Amino acid sequence: MDRNPGILATLKLAGRMLARDWRAGELRVLAAALVVAVASVTSVAFFADRVSQALVRDAHQLLGADLVMVSDHSWDPAMRAAIAERGLREAEAWNFISMVRSSAAPQTKDEAPRSQLAGVKAVSAAYPLRGRLRTAPALGAPDAPAAEGPARGTVWIEERLVSALGAPVGTRLRLGRGEFTVAAVLTLEPERSANFFNIAPRLMMHLDDVAATGLVQPGSRVRYYLYAAGGRDALAGFEAWAAKRLARGQRIDTLENGRPNVRASLDRAQRFLGLTALLAAVLAGVAVALGTRRFVERHLDGVAVMRCLGTPQGRLLALFAAEFSILGLAACALGSALGFAAQGVIAGTLADLLRAELPPPTLLPALRGFLVGLVLLLGFALPPLVQLKNVPALRVMRREAGTPKASAAATYAIGLGLLAGLLVWQAGDVQLGLTIVGGFAGAVVLYALVAWAALALLSSGSVARRIGARSPALRYGLANLRRHARSNAIQVASLALGLTAVLLLSFTRNDLVDAWRRAAPPDAPNRFVLGIQRDQLAAVKAFFSERDITVPDLYPMVRGRLTAVNGAAVKSEAYEGERAKRLVERAFNLSYADTLPSHNRLAAGRWWTRDTGDAQELSVEEGIAKTLGWKLGDTLTFTVGSDAFTARVTSLRRLRWDSMKVNFFVMAPPRLLEDYAASFITAFRLPDGHEQAMNALAARFPNLTVVDVGAAVRQAQAVIDQLITAVQFVFLFALGAGVLVLYSALVATEDERRREAALMRVVGASRRHVTGSQRVEFLAMGVLAGALATTGAAVLGQLLARRVFELDLPPSVMLIVVGPLAGVLLLSLNAWLSSRKVLRASPALALREET
Amino acid sequence: MLGAADAALVAASRNMDASQTMIETKTVLEARGIGKTVKSGDRDLVILRDIDLAVTQGEAVAVVGASGSGKSTLLAILAGLDQPSTGTVHLDGAELGALDEDARAALRGRAVGFVFQSFQLLPALTALENVMLPLEIAAVSGAEAAARAVLERVGLGERLQHYPKHLSGGEQQRVALARAFVVQPKLLLADEPTGSLDAESGAGVIKLIFDMNREAGTTLVMVTHDETLAQRCARVVRLAAGRIVV
Repeated sequence: MDRNPGILATLKLAGRMLARDWRAGELRVLAAALVVAVASVTSVAFFADRVSQALVRDAHQLLGADLVMVSDHSWDPAMRAAIAERGLREAEAWNFISMVRSSAAPQTKDEAPRSQLAGVKAVSAAYPLRGRLRTAPALGAPDAPAAEGPARGTVWIEERLVSALGAPVGTRLRLGRGEFTVAAVLTLEPERSANFFNIAPRLMMHLDDVAATGLVQPGSRVRYYLYAAGGRDALAGFEAWAAKRLARGQRIDTLENGRPNVRASLDRAQRFLGLTALLAAVLAGVAVALGTRRFVERHLDGVAVMRCLGTPQGRLLALFAAEFSILGLAACALGSALGFAAQGVIAGTLADLLRAELPPPTLLPALRGFLVGLVLLLGFALPPLVQLKNVPALRVMRREAGTPKASAAATYAIGLGLLAGLLVWQAGDVQLGLTIVGGFAGAVVLYALVAWAALALLSSGSVARRIGARSPALRYGLANLRRHARSNAIQVASLALGLTAVLLLSFTRNDLVDAWRRAAPPDAPNRFVLGIQRDQLAAVKAFFSERDITVPDLYPMVRGRLTAVNGAAVKSEAYEGERAKRLVERAFNLSYADTLPSHNRLAAGRWWTRDTGDAQELSVEEGIAKTLGWKLGDTLTFTVGSDAFTARVTSLRRLRWDSMKVNFFVMAPPRLLEDYAASFITAFRLPDGHEQAMNALAARFPNLTVVDVGAAVRQAQAVIDQLITAVQFVFLFALGAGVLVLYSALVATEDERRREAALMRVVGASRRHVTGSQRVEFLAMGVLAGALATTGAAVLGQLLARRVFELDLPPSVMLIVVGPLAGVLLLSLNAWLSSRKVLRASPALALREET
Repeated sequence: MLGAADAALVAASRNMDASQTMIETKTVLEARGIGKTVKSGDRDLVILRDIDLAVTQGEAVAVVGASGSGKSTLLAILAGLDQPSTGTVHLDGAELGALDEDARAALRGRAVGFVFQSFQLLPALTALENVMLPLEIAAVSGAEAAARAVLERVGLGERLQHYPKHLSGGEQQRVALARAFVVQPKLLLADEPTGSLDAESGAGVIKLIFDMNREAGTTLVMVTHDETLAQRCARVVRLAAGRIVV
């Protein structure tokens, strides 16, 4: 007989072994864990890939295109031709400021002035290439997306221009030499929300009508925009081509300039999705480890027989490795397919919200899924499997001879290391990846230690004697706890881990999602008012309270230019990145306050106090500090008008950009800025139906600028809602993985308990005695696992909320009630099921199965 | 009337006679100076001392002794499942002590069949699959046909697809016997083969062991504490306190 069979023979036998083990139900949990892990990772990878592309495009909608080019002189027709040549879509717009006059005669003398400076935007028919314009047929009427821009001879104007000019839809307006009809109220313009400060109210018209106004002459201040959209490669090719041909005063706008609030939502959603997938993968790893351990325990005898029948160690290892590899590959393929189907379902249900076809998925996420599956298999199944080759053949004659020592820490070190590497790669963040792996490993060790200590205490001689005096079942139950101290501690730790995940995902998730929604609540401000003068403050406040609108916080704003950092003059060329350059070139809106605004949080340093603080202090937003390389202790010099001041950065603030509240990059104590000329700004929520109040405000204070950001808020909320839906779906996978861990942990000691129960019955213990003692044991473990999991879920939830998502999470009462209860219920159910199994079979059969 | 079974017996005894004429020169198993000492707490516990044993091809040897006399340890050492503290074992011409664990496993696979008191069937495998296993491990073609034939021989032709837990003890031991014989071993080692069986099933299994042993010309070493069973073997080796007693 040939004793060195080839690879093919090994694979064939491994395949048969797989079929037999599968039939025996030994591998189902393991396979399920792998499938869940791979499905979760791939669905997120597939979907995140496609959604992030779509979201990038959504953000592009804020630009109105995939690529925007801006020039201070008209674009060379060659540039437009180049866009068309590459199969890209092209649109054009001219922006300029002009006086608009209402053709209608004023009705009363108290009426608003009939002429107003407007930001005119003349657009070609194809504008916008991404996103939609939204218009309303009348002031305050619901808006709807517009199929195309204004028709020739008509204009669309913004709410505040309607108010300022007293020009509802249908009115004729004069612009230069031309006269136009107001055809609609413009409620949302993609680019508008990108920078809604410091601009005159919008008037939109057709590009072909500009000539008729005679407003654009040589030397006129006009900004010329060229838009392009289309395939990514063609776009990148064009961008590279165009970048080399830009003249002075021309630039290409990128997504970097997109609104920070959408970027914040996007970042947060990606972290949510990524973390959830990782959680599922780690949990699946635990389930794989538990499942393999059970597999190994159940195969010790069989392996001893195979050794006895002449299987060399190397062959055994090869056989099991091949068996698990086939299983792994099949599970990975199934998981990837499931992941692909899942992302298809998510994408399908979100089609409306995503508003456009998602780009087709690539194969890369599937590859990633396979990698995750194989790492889990290698890291968590291989270590215990390797032990199998060390089972001595002698075990066939002396059972006790052959239980290989399992040194959990050492064997799983490889797995944890691999997984850590994978997580770091997946999270794209070393710290995050290591935090999760470390946190998980730490939690397991901590759980096991606490469980072991608590079980030891509970079953210690004196406690057991005191409690156990009343009933023998109680005494045996407590004795069992002590006897199984190690395996019980491991079981409690695994159970607590699975339960933590389930609790975290079912309770904390809801709280997190609520907190996230609250970050951009439905009552978020929808109007900004700019340009309030100091002497108008009281009158403006009175105006609000007269109309039963909550008087909003008014923030002073001083415009200053950054001239030096740490004494060195600021040169925009010295900064890397378009955004950094733009930021230092622009005037800063500086504000001052005694107290930290309620929607800001201190990230570093300290906030000044009224009495003891140094007057020369500044607090800057964390993100801008990072972009511009500012640190605590740096000194910044700003020029305000003809004066300059220098102050030290003493704190960094973290802002909620998606709160739609007024935020400032740089703030100072009042002492430093209150002597400079300031205007005030506020953001508030205008209740529906109160739109007329804004007309009255504009009429009473003609110098104020009112900006309607309602549509922008709605858009931001739609983005958040669609992301939450996607995240919830992915949670299901993680939840599945958590349930698998729970199941694996519950069945981990089932064999041993059945054997013991059978033995007890053989020696004459009654059913009541057997079930009673098991119940005591399970009850203690359930209380412990429930308490550990509740604490773990609460702590993790807080950590996640604060550190990762930057959200405030109130403690959940439900969690505290349901957590421990779930632990007890789960183990009670398990006790009931397992005692049923034990009692249903005759002790002899139960024992025979074991031998 | 001469039944089919009797005819088989006659044929088998002829085979045995033929092989016995050949064995005079061929020693299948030879143990010299075997000793086994294990640590028990602070002191050494001697399980076996100075055992010499030679078994020639086709011979049937019973090792008997009281519980704790060391007979199972001796069997484990003879099979290469355990290492002696002193002495050497030659199995099918190879010195076990000179082989590593894998080489010993390969030798077992090639030359040795086992029957255990606790059957040692794989619970997840059907009767047929349990018998196919050693052939599959050795990547021998035609495993299923061979396994079917042996199972037919032990009278389990109707129970091929049954799992061990659905078979009686006697049936399980017959599956184990089929598994031992399917590789056509030179040496069959049996450790208390009837220890877990009732008298009737035990008798059936014993009859099969001796019949098949004869048919295949296999050498048999059987550990037992059952004197009647031992007497059916050509030679009886008695162990007491780790020594062979005469």
